[in-house]
Amino acid sequence: MSRAALLVLADGRFPAGGHAHSGGAEAAVKAGRITSAATLEDFCRGRLHTAGLVAGALAAAAVLGVEPAALDAAADARTPSPALRNAARRLGRQLTRAARACWPSPELEALAGEFPRGAHQPVVLGLAARAAGLAPGDAAYCAAYECVSGPATATVRLLSLDPFDATGVLARLAPELDRVVDRAVEAARRAADEGVGALPAASGPLLESGAEWHAAWSVRLFAS
Amino acid sequence: MHLDHHRHGPAAVSADAHRPDGSHRALRIGLGGPVGSGKTATVAALCRELRAELSLAVVTNDIYTREDAEFLLREAVLPPERITAVETGACPHTAIRDDISANLEAVEDLEDTVGPLDLILVESGGDNLTATFSKGLVDAQIFVIDVAGGDDIPRKGGPGVTMADLLVVNKTDLAPHVGSDLARMAADAKAQRSELPVILQSLRGGSGVADVAAWVRERLAAWTA
Ligand SMILES: Nc1nc2c(ncn2[C@@H]2O[C@H](COP(=O)(O)OP(=O)(O)O)[C@@H](O)[C@H]2O)c(=O)[nH]1
Ligand SMILES: [Mg+2]
Repeated sequence: MSRAALLVLADGRFPAGGHAHSGGAEAAVKAGRITSAATLEDFCRGRLHTAGLVAGALAAAAVLGVEPAALDAAADARTPSPALRNAARRLGRQLTRAARACWPSPELEALAGEFPRGAHQPVVLGLAARAAGLAPGDAAYCAAYECVSGPATATVRLLSLDPFDATGVLARLAPELDRVVDRAVEAARRAADEGVGALPAASGPLLESGAEWHAAWSVRLFAS
Repeated sequence: MHLDHHRHGPAAVSADAHRPDGSHRALRIGLGGPVGSGKTATVAALCRELRAELSLAVVTNDIYTREDAEFLLREAVLPPERITAVETGACPHTAIRDDISANLEAVEDLEDTVGPLDLILVESGGDNLTATFSKGLVDAQIFVIDVAGGDDIPRKGGPGVTMADLLVVNKTDLAPHVGSDLARMAADAKAQRSELPVILQSLRGGSGVADVAAWVRERLAAWTA
């Protein structure tokens, strides 16, 4: 297996539905919490250390062979907002389709059979990375990066923010991303030994309540 | 691994002509083209024309609202459970061409919940003159332009005008009012498309959607043959 598979999986154009989601940025823009590159950076930092850490740990644990159904239940327990759980499963279902086409494996087939409506996206991401022969840290990088790159590209569309400024935010967050990934992988290793209770349970209350608010709008650019 | 191996497992990955249970899936026809050219009106007219003889469903891809789906619901062209709106993150052209996963899920869910279906019409919100449908999503595509959008659109070409399986030049009733030269539009379209068909129609009179409906019936006959 090839390490370059990580580039395929992490590519923003990987056809797994992410383009239609803002990772909470649309609600935060409407609420006036994201208005500029600086406030986008604050938003992304908060998301990285909460949702990003949890997603990274779930994905890394899936690569380590922790049972997908247990991880999916752990993801549910860590996602209070029904709208976010719904979005995570829809994205998981879309990623399952793309992953099965790219890295066919019995584990992905089993996942598709067990979760026809989709498992939580980070769990699927981990299984896709596992099928591609990638390491737990690779999957955690993908999950944590996606969790900030999604809002950054969405904000370019929502606020017509200068794309160089938005991408600069991601570049500045890179060292923090390294540390979050380290913590995620460490937690995933503990979960492999001790069970999914060892996974981090950080969450951003505004992300959760913002997602519920957003889901009730009749006019919006993004699905979540 | 060949796609056929998935037939008895979970849903197929992409354009497989069969459903997981081995049955033949519905024909999927995409409708694209600029905003306001008459895509939703054509979808509505096709539903009215074909619903007595075929089992139909519609997927819409709006830019930021559910207006197309809501129009079709309001007009009651089909029962509500046969109409699904896909959210596109402001980029319908991405959702119908570059990342078709949400649309594939919509068509598969329609087949599961209201199937068996003969035909699914997939409308793209018109954000882009170059937007075309992926072959992984639809089996044939119709590009709808209108006479009011400028009679030089066929001459300018572009992927929709040149490659679509059917080009519809809509709103011919408006031609005298906007000073569009229908004969020139037809000749330019013919030059761009050689053998591919072009239909000039008005949904406000004459034979309405009949010619497009006849083309759809032909495609369906070929699909089920
Ligand atoms: N005069 C005329 N108006 C039409 C015709 N077809 C559609 N329209 C109108 O054009 C407008 C835009 O049509 P719509 O189907 O919503 O366009 P879409 O954006 O391509 O889906 C609506 O007000 C329709 O009623 C036609 O053949 N003639
Ligand atoms: Mg429309």
